[in-house]
Amino acid sequence: MLAPALSRTAATEDSSAVAVRRTRGPGEKTALALGALGVLVLAVISIFVGVTNVSAPKLLAGDLDAWQMLWVSRLPRTLAVVLAGTAVAVAGLIMQLMVRNRFVEPSTVGTVESATLGILVVTVAFPAAPLLAKMGIASLFALGGTALFLAVLSRLPLRNTLIVPIVGIMLGGVIGSVTTFFAYRYDLLQTLSNWMIGDFSGVLRGRYELLWIVAALTIVGYIAADRFTVAGMGADFTTNLGMNYQAIMRLGLVIVSLISAVVVTTVGAVPFLGLIVPNIVSLLFGDNLRRAVPWTAIFGAGFVLICDIIGRTIRFPYEVPVGMVMSVLGAIVFLALLLKTRTRNA
Amino acid sequence: MPEVLTAPPPVARRRGNPLRKASPRLVLMVLAVATLIAIALFMTVDLKGAIGYALKLRGIRVGAMLLVAIAVGLSTLMFQTVTSNRLLTPSIMGFDALYLLIQTSLVFTLGSSTLLTAAPALKFGIEVVLMVAFSALLYRWLFTGGSGSLHLMLLVGIVIGTLFRGFSSLLQRLMEPSDFLILQDLFFASFNQVEPVLLGISAVIIGVIAVIAWRLRHSFDVLALGRETAINLGVDHRRTVSLVLVMCAVLVAVSTALVGPVTFFGLLVVSIAYQLVRDFSHAWLLPITVLLGAVTLIGGQLILEQVFGFNTALSIIIEFIGGLLFIYLLLKGSLK
Repeated sequence: MLAPALSRTAATEDSSAVAVRRTRGPGEKTALALGALGVLVLAVISIFVGVTNVSAPKLLAGDLDAWQMLWVSRLPRTLAVVLAGTAVAVAGLIMQLMVRNRFVEPSTVGTVESATLGILVVTVAFPAAPLLAKMGIASLFALGGTALFLAVLSRLPLRNTLIVPIVGIMLGGVIGSVTTFFAYRYDLLQTLSNWMIGDFSGVLRGRYELLWIVAALTIVGYIAADRFTVAGMGADFTTNLGMNYQAIMRLGLVIVSLISAVVVTTVGAVPFLGLIVPNIVSLLFGDNLRRAVPWTAIFGAGFVLICDIIGRTIRFPYEVPVGMVMSVLGAIVFLALLLKTRTRNA
Repeated sequence: MPEVLTAPPPVARRRGNPLRKASPRLVLMVLAVATLIAIALFMTVDLKGAIGYALKLRGIRVGAMLLVAIAVGLSTLMFQTVTSNRLLTPSIMGFDALYLLIQTSLVFTLGSSTLLTAAPALKFGIEVVLMVAFSALLYRWLFTGGSGSLHLMLLVGIVIGTLFRGFSSLLQRLMEPSDFLILQDLFFASFNQVEPVLLGISAVIIGVIAVIAWRLRHSFDVLALGRETAINLGVDHRRTVSLVLVMCAVLVAVSTALVGPVTFFGLLVVSIAYQLVRDFSHAWLLPITVLLGAVTLIGGQLILEQVFGFNTALSIIIEFIGGLLFIYLLLKGSLK
């Protein structure tokens, strides 16, 4: 899957300006609209799934309890799912562009683990700190962890496609073991597992609004997406095109780290999402960037919505956190992607 | 496959390292003495109360640590030899995660009370059989496929581990909080709760495998030269590798079922052994790896308990150091 993806970029490089204009035809627009509609349908289904009976007839009849439920719990939850799904998928895409590797995302390079360590530190040191302060610390840790990964990566002259994620996963494992050690000492293991596993069940009105920051970051990512592709080609190439390589990399780092930190603090880690969605989008629509970002957003939101609905219905009336559904599904898809590479190489 | 990640040739590459100049006989003797001192200190330091009882408890723990040192050291060394790779270990390939999954599934389906009252030998037997079956399937599948990419195999192993961990946490979320608390104790390698009966069974199993491994030591030297060379030199490569993989599976299964997962321990010990020994013959590597493991475990536990007052966190520290070492080895291998 990797070799064709790379050759595809090479082939479209000289004609990319033409290709962009040619491919974004009316058919593409219809498809995007249909995709958005699909997400909307899933979102509506998601709103009506739950223990308390919130149904269309009840709402139409003006049942105050049902409206209250919708307003305080269901709507915020669905919004949180859509926002987090979109943002994490796009963050994965940005990261893959920056390091030019298809097997990389915030949860395979230690960003998520670093953010978790940050929350743990602030929970132990300043238990009474407001959510925003916790998020700030988590973001700083996420930034540091990601920068560490990039520093390690720059020491790898031989950029084997598979060694990059291995180094990232191991780095994440080392950071994770530090977190586990202190969580164990402070008896916070079960709290820790809440952060490590994405879960939307605690999302209520007043507890998800920070995710709108993430939506804004996603839009910035969309606008700057082309630059990340250029930066992925290397510092010299970028400078030759008259751009500031360091500034672009910093921007990418900040976007990815902030998205990871905010999502981890509000709902917990959503594993594999940023890895799988960009890969599927690439398989379906190629590597044309302006096309890829909206599709990544749509698939990201749709994938998390589906996983959340599965999590809420699989053991009704109890709930399984979305992060678990996703880590199982995600690991299976990731394995499939890897083994596809294997048969192609063989 | 990058040349640098395969097993090193049996000659010292860096002459500047003074440690390499030590003769294997000297290394072995120093380690043997250090092990004996560690055991003696562990048995006697801060001994009070009913001395006979305390000695018996400590003896069980020392026995467990020795068995784990043998099982983990031998399995990692053999695994690295037959795969001609210094990064692969059975536990990086997803074994510890499978152990967690099996433990979790047992607690989930039977309930913690049933599990606690069940005969330990029965539980132990089930775990060992499941793990051997899994590893036979997985390794056969991975090593007989036509891929040839070591990194791919490594990544597949890590992802399979993630998958098992995902399944485990899914089940953990669905179980009772009281069950979770009991399970939590099983997550970390612990040398405090070993059943004497299990210790005996494990000692017999590990002893038999250790004897087989010792008798195969010359074959290992040939296998370390790589598949083609080994076949040219008259080793039945396929048969020997299959035998070794089954032996590894049993060793890892026994040690994890005995005390829980210790992911990077083997990697750590075998890497140090290679650094210490000038002679890469397995007749030296096998005992040195085992003794290094024993010193690390017993000495580490002693220091943690007596100096820092910790109980069971040794595995977390090993995980941290081992993870750093793993990244270092990856970087070093790729930089050359």
